[in-house]
Amino acid sequence: MNGDLTPALIETDVWTDDMVAAAGIPIVDVPFVTIGGGIGSFVTFDTLRIYGVPAAAIASLGPQAVPWSSYEHLVRVSQIPRRERIRSDSASTPDNIWGFPSYAVREAFGARSLSGFIKPLWNVAVEPIFANYYTPRAGQVFESLEREHQRVGYAQSVRIGDVRMVRRRSGGGYFTILTPPPGSSPTKRVAFRSTYAHIAVGYPGLNMLPELQEFRERYRDPSKVVNAYESHEHIYQSLRRRPGTVMIRGSGIVASRVLQRLIDDRDKYRLRTTILHLFRTYVAEPHGSSIFKRRKGKDGWAYQGFNYPKSVWGGQLKAKMRKLEGEDRKQAYKEMGGTNTPVRKNWQEQLRRGRTEGWYHVMAGTARDLRPTRDGLTTTVVPDPSQPLPYPPPTHPFDVTVNYVIDCTGLEADIREHRLLADLLDHTGAGRNPLGRLDVDRTFELIGTRSGTGRIYASGTATLGGYFPGVDTFLGLQIAAREIADDLAAHGFCRRMGPMRSVHQWWLWARNQRI
Amino acid sequence: MLPTLNGRIQTRVLGLGIIGFFVALVITPVLPTGDLSLTQSYRVTLSVLLAVVLVGVPWELLYHGLQQFRWEKDWPTLFGLLTAVSEGIVVWLLVHYTTIVVPEDLRPSLTAYLIQFIITWLAFWLVVNGPMRVLFHRWRFAGGRFI
Repeated sequence: MNGDLTPALIETDVWTDDMVAAAGIPIVDVPFVTIGGGIGSFVTFDTLRIYGVPAAAIASLGPQAVPWSSYEHLVRVSQIPRRERIRSDSASTPDNIWGFPSYAVREAFGARSLSGFIKPLWNVAVEPIFANYYTPRAGQVFESLEREHQRVGYAQSVRIGDVRMVRRRSGGGYFTILTPPPGSSPTKRVAFRSTYAHIAVGYPGLNMLPELQEFRERYRDPSKVVNAYESHEHIYQSLRRRPGTVMIRGSGIVASRVLQRLIDDRDKYRLRTTILHLFRTYVAEPHGSSIFKRRKGKDGWAYQGFNYPKSVWGGQLKAKMRKLEGEDRKQAYKEMGGTNTPVRKNWQEQLRRGRTEGWYHVMAGTARDLRPTRDGLTTTVVPDPSQPLPYPPPTHPFDVTVNYVIDCTGLEADIREHRLLADLLDHTGAGRNPLGRLDVDRTFELIGTRSGTGRIYASGTATLGGYFPGVDTFLGLQIAAREIADDLAAHGFCRRMGPMRSVHQWWLWARNQRI
Repeated sequence: MLPTLNGRIQTRVLGLGIIGFFVALVITPVLPTGDLSLTQSYRVTLSVLLAVVLVGVPWELLYHGLQQFRWEKDWPTLFGLLTAVSEGIVVWLLVHYTTIVVPEDLRPSLTAYLIQFIITWLAFWLVVNGPMRVLFHRWRFAGGRFI
């Protein structure tokens, strides 16, 4: 097919215009490309549009037709349908860069009853002291994103396809190679020539626990051992037909969600599902290195409202992390990171009932040698006697038999497993931060990738480990977008937004006026 | 709120100062200040506002200290409302029992003081928990700093 990559292009780090033209790849000129096409691309696009950049100056490249489709898929299979609440703050509004009005305020004013009006407002007024943190329904987030994506004309900038690589251009700027879907383009590849590029490709990939991966490979059975981020509805369906035992691995938000689904079904359909929950680290009480760093914990779980302490998104911890380098930063991530989940009243009640009635069991340690047996799957649990279980822990390995294993550990793959990110490391000068992911500066510029006046920026989960920890969240993506927009303003690409423009733009947002 | 110490003090001085000034501007003519002239009434309300702002700075140091015991290093919305009680009492004691804030012959009634203090505090609390983010869109990510 015409217009494909040549060996010369693949092997050359810095491309000339002639090289691309000689390969027959058509060149599209656009000042700014954002790569990924998900929520990270969208909030960056939205912020730049509000700063005054025309839609025609931005191309959003990625496989998604609408920016929330991949995110919605992941939250749905990990058991958050549109009516359920996600783990996100009221003022983390990816459809509104100001966070005002927050989701709670909007929910209140959209309510059809007095109690529906008061409840969310009361919640945000007294949280987290007298109520769990308010969190919006997934549906509210998607609907508001849809409205904003129409308002700012996002669709006209979307170019569907897979981005294969971003290479520096001789003379400054970059070439981004897009592979459009077969049949949609006369050439196999299209090159976007831009001064700026932004990378927000999301998770490089999800890994399973090694012993679970080994089982799937050896027995070629992907149905009984699943990753919670894969569609696994068949497990819930099967448990409705026949009672069974499920082993849960992991103790984060996804484990909480999957447990809720299992127990909701158990209650609704009067099932006899038994749950074995294997913790690697069992948290029995509040923990931390000093009285100033004590996180709540109980019943195995570390409790925290959001995936990092709240002030990483704007307060003390944000200011502190901005100054830390290398090992110090790594240590700070270690202290405030770790798997955790929010406290929610209904989850507490469900698990309390499970413990009392004897159908929810906790264990601590690791498991090995997972194998199919006549009754299902048998695995050998190697207990960790140092973990503070609520009962005298077993000291010797023992076998347990279950019907299904759901991996909720959310292990993320190395960034190199993503082809575009690997190419950036190998050919475009990108490096790794202390946590091994893409090394970005405080402005979210991808360190080491400058090309003349050109800049590459990156945001989202691939950059975790940088000067700003909350990257992998709605608000984190917006904070990154603002830093990027301010840096672009410093380079003269757009104007820095001051109070007057901010108020005017907010007013246009409030009136849903197209910009 | 996710304040840093610097941000707390800036928000207190600039935020409360400016919002409180507009509140005083509007409500002073209708406050029950007895037989004080309008100029004298403004002198009282603006002096009370200045006291709330300045006495607030040491309060912010205390709040910052207390915040260190919180894992999240945040300052819940509710705290921002409840601290009105302790701060209101301290400023009232200064107004009523000393001449630091206003001279003896200008001391306001408790009613007039409470009306001004409560409206000022509520306006400030509501603004910093929402509309402030529209005007100063970087403020919430900078720990409450304006500069």
